[in-house]
Amino acid sequence: MIKMLAFQTLRVVSLEILGSSCNLLANNVRSITKRCSPRSLQSQILRPLSSHQHNLKVPKVPTWEHVPEEELPRPTKIPADLVDRLERLALVDFRTQQGLECLEKAIRFADQLHVVDTSGVEPMDSVLEDRALYLRDDTVTEGDCAEELLKLAKNTVEEYFVAPPGNIPLPKREERAAILRHSEF
Amino acid sequence: MLGLTLKEVSLAFREGKISPTELCRKCLNRIKKTQRLNAYITVTEEFAMKQARQSEARLLQGIPKGPLDGIPFAVKDNFCTANIRTTCASKMLKDYTPPYNATVVQKLLDQGAVLMGKTNMDEFAMGAGSTDGAFGPVRNPWSYSDSYRTQGGAASDSDWVITGGSSGGSAAAVASCTSYLALGSDTGGSTRNPGALCGVFALKPTYGLVSRHGLIPLVNSMDVPGIITRSVSDAAIALGVLQGIDVRDSTTVPAPSALAELPEDFDVKNICVGIPKEYHAPGLSEETLAQWSRVADLFEKAGARVEQVSLPHTQYSIVCYHVLCHTEVASNMARFDGLEYGHRSEMKSSTEVMYASTRHEGFNDVVRGRILSGNYFLLKQNYQHYFVKAQKVRRLIADDFRHVFGSGVDVLLTPTTLTDAACYHDFTQEDNRTRSAQEDVFTQPANIAGLPAVSVPIALSRRGLPIGLQLIGPALEDKKLLCVAQWVEQRVNFPSISDCDNTQESRKDPGVTRREQTSAI
Repeated sequence: MIKMLAFQTLRVVSLEILGSSCNLLANNVRSITKRCSPRSLQSQILRPLSSHQHNLKVPKVPTWEHVPEEELPRPTKIPADLVDRLERLALVDFRTQQGLECLEKAIRFADQLHVVDTSGVEPMDSVLEDRALYLRDDTVTEGDCAEELLKLAKNTVEEYFVAPPGNIPLPKREERAAILRHSEF
Repeated sequence: MLGLTLKEVSLAFREGKISPTELCRKCLNRIKKTQRLNAYITVTEEFAMKQARQSEARLLQGIPKGPLDGIPFAVKDNFCTANIRTTCASKMLKDYTPPYNATVVQKLLDQGAVLMGKTNMDEFAMGAGSTDGAFGPVRNPWSYSDSYRTQGGAASDSDWVITGGSSGGSAAAVASCTSYLALGSDTGGSTRNPGALCGVFALKPTYGLVSRHGLIPLVNSMDVPGIITRSVSDAAIALGVLQGIDVRDSTTVPAPSALAELPEDFDVKNICVGIPKEYHAPGLSEETLAQWSRVADLFEKAGARVEQVSLPHTQYSIVCYHVLCHTEVASNMARFDGLEYGHRSEMKSSTEVMYASTRHEGFNDVVRGRILSGNYFLLKQNYQHYFVKAQKVRRLIADDFRHVFGSGVDVLLTPTTLTDAACYHDFTQEDNRTRSAQEDVFTQPANIAGLPAVSVPIALSRRGLPIGLQLIGPALEDKKLLCVAQWVEQRVNFPSISDCDNTQESRKDPGVTRREQTSAI
């Protein structure tokens, strides 16, 4: 009975640790808790009771800082005209309402960047920025493989790739949905 | 024989204990026996046998090409292979057969290594579970190990666990002993993550040290070919062959040294091991934490200097990665339009409609989602706010590492993943974005900063599943990193899967005896 009680106390503590960790990975925390079957939760709880001395240089509890909601910009809502514009630009469709929610979540996740002070910091686009990269001489060294490459295309005439009629904008969103629905494998 | 390391097999060839064709046949049989793992998308049986015969002829003449001659290897299906289809586990490239070999594939073939097949993955390497590919999920070989079946309380066949990803097929191939070496790709942890969950060694070299030519790009500024093996010294042999300038990849850098054998008796007395305190992230399992502490102890007891250090921007690294990854994906995926190669839709009312329907049919939800958010971050009104902001945060993260390594730290010791492998059923309860944000949390900073990093298998969890730890080194210090990794490997006695090979005396059932040692903490 005493053992049982100790167990329950520990369980509460453990869940609190999980629950109080910062909201950066809010979904993460929830799912980790969910993932643990009662059995694995027990084994996690039992672990601190083992005789192993914890190395003091290894942090014993999560060190991430909590990011308060009020430090983030307001959550983004994607208006209908932007949905249309993105689909035209990306040439892929959201397919469902869920696809749109997925984008809004991705933006929300990215919003955490604004907590970081980057004033005076230069953007970095390559880790090789500090060295001269190898450049070969500007002469043709290979090629003459047009036929081989054309073979990979579904539709060619002589040495040309064939495309359907061009310069026709995508139809309106509703019509698009109908077209895409019918285009299956 | 199948459970041996690459080095041991190479020796067995020379001593005539086994021939390349015999070994190739054994591996092919084992691929058939382990088919339920779904580790391979394409098995190149005929090509493998042909190569094995050629290798055998060289051995008989006493002129083998090197330590890789006759060694079976596997390649993730996002590296181009001449005349062998390369799908990226996507409908988009389901029938694509490239006319050329990726540089890394060519280098291995030139050494006489024998290609067994192309391995399964998440579609276009976007994922951390190997559960989101057009050819179905990969199963972790440890799902069927005695340790998991008895300790993990797996009640039925449906309790199988994931491999991690996105190079899950490559890790499963090496863990299940169907190949001695496998190529993965590593953009945010895609080689190290499945390496950790499948109990094999995984190396992500310094950015630029290994050519990306022929690797179908995900994030050009972070992609690196990865190496998966059953021992550290095997990975060193492979890196020695693969590294160096490639005229076909202008982002390659010269190798700092020819990578000869690693010293067996590397001394850690003179090294400084940093423990970055920010790598205790929310959700880290108690068991992984205990192993992290245990290995820190090992270093300390051997006389290494172990210091807690700080990489202050770590918690924003995954956010930075998220934005940079999606934007580069949006740009990279623009090439798939149905015109020159890959899937092409039947819809042909206009070019735009053909493009849109080809991409609608060819990409899964994950890929489409990343293309859309990438395009959003790149919109004129968002470009500075998200994309350039992420590039600035990238510099802060890279600078964090620079400061730590500049202060005398030789190598950083961290967990590779938060927990051991999840059951497939549990893993798929959350969407891909959430999963990637959890799974890549410790691995993607090394990609952001272009640093070499490895995952070393350390011990089995109470569920009987592998736990790995990560070591990160300064740029181009890959060899020193491997030396330290080998030192750890020699001390943790990680068990190989006991059902590996029943003809083998020396390693018969190591799962039981060694496991007792490793879990005694």
